[in-house]
Amino acid sequence: MSVQDLEKIFQDKIDADIRIEPKDWMPDAYRKTLVRQMSQHAHSEIVGMLPEANWITRAPTLRRKATLIAKVQDEAGHGLYLYSATETLGTGRDELLEQLHTGKAKYSSIFNYPTLTWADMGAIGWLVDGAAIMNQVPLCRASYGPYARAMVRICKEESFHQRQGFEILLTLSRGSEAQRRMCQDAINRWWWPSVMMFGPNDDASPNSAQSMQWKIKRFSNDELRQKFVDVSAEQVKILGMTLPDPDLVWNEDKQHYDFGAIDWDEFWNVIKGNGPCNKERLEARVKAHEDGAWVREAAMAYAEKVSRNSVKKEIA
Amino acid sequence: MSNQWPLWEIFIRSKQGLDHKHAGSLHAADAEMAIENARDVYTRRMEGVSIWVVESKHIHASNPDEAASFYDPANDKVYRHPTFYDLPDELKHM
Repeated sequence: MSVQDLEKIFQDKIDADIRIEPKDWMPDAYRKTLVRQMSQHAHSEIVGMLPEANWITRAPTLRRKATLIAKVQDEAGHGLYLYSATETLGTGRDELLEQLHTGKAKYSSIFNYPTLTWADMGAIGWLVDGAAIMNQVPLCRASYGPYARAMVRICKEESFHQRQGFEILLTLSRGSEAQRRMCQDAINRWWWPSVMMFGPNDDASPNSAQSMQWKIKRFSNDELRQKFVDVSAEQVKILGMTLPDPDLVWNEDKQHYDFGAIDWDEFWNVIKGNGPCNKERLEARVKAHEDGAWVREAAMAYAEKVSRNSVKKEIA
Repeated sequence: MSNQWPLWEIFIRSKQGLDHKHAGSLHAADAEMAIENARDVYTRRMEGVSIWVVESKHIHASNPDEAASFYDPANDKVYRHPTFYDLPDELKHM
């Protein structure tokens, strides 16, 4: 069968909403796009543990501490689901980690910002996880089966993450003047980076059209961003706080919020490695990997020893 | 020396997009025969679009007798569920 025929069968399946599975024929570019997107997503879950782990030992109550640990544990799990799903495309775990550690693969820019106060745990849950959920829910219907199924699990588990974040901010918003200031400050610092999480504007996102045709993406960056702004602009009222955007205003004609211009220079600058914490995050990952090498080796040596012994027993 | 064919565990994907689910087991001389027999035993009414077979000896299972202690770590962690968090009713889309 010619490549054109195979491509037609492939696209027909996608158009009919039939999932693509690991053993099915797929175009190289589809495979490459998935490996890039899924591994970037996996790396984001893993690196995303770092800013929050920063506050585990300083959580204000046992309840908050247990919650934060549970959330960070979930993120480790989500990273694993996604790495495993990526491996079904033929790229090994070692290779994926190598790409992260050498800086060849990216992770979400948002994790290159520092977590300066306890209120940041609330703002991350509400805004960063809120933006992530907005992105992730449509991915549950992505055309690649293993990815879609991993996303279903992730979304199910993710639902407490956003709620616990909002609860933290709600508590601060009802607290002392200093706590209210801390709450507003965290929102001010996390709002724009969260809005940027949806990626470049549609006219500056050249691969989007192809990803939509392949049904890896279901909505454009700007569509999802608008939805996020609309929802957040209402939710912030419950906190009695404001979003740091003087141009944010309800547009009766469009039935959407208008919002101010995004500082794309900052976005690209952080992606290029010049964010406040890029270096620190990557160093922490590489160190964890290197420090853990002896554990991986010891576990393997033990498994080999046990299997040698059982062969000996069988022979005896 | 037993001539018993090895036992295989059969996993069936019922529909594109869903997981393979354990359907049962059967004896077969090799993987190819296991797949064909699984087709005949488990998909006679079009129950599947894909079959996985794994030799049973390669499946390692948790011990049901130890279930109480094994799953104990998750017992007291209600805060892993979204309903644990107390938020106002007027909060929408969360």
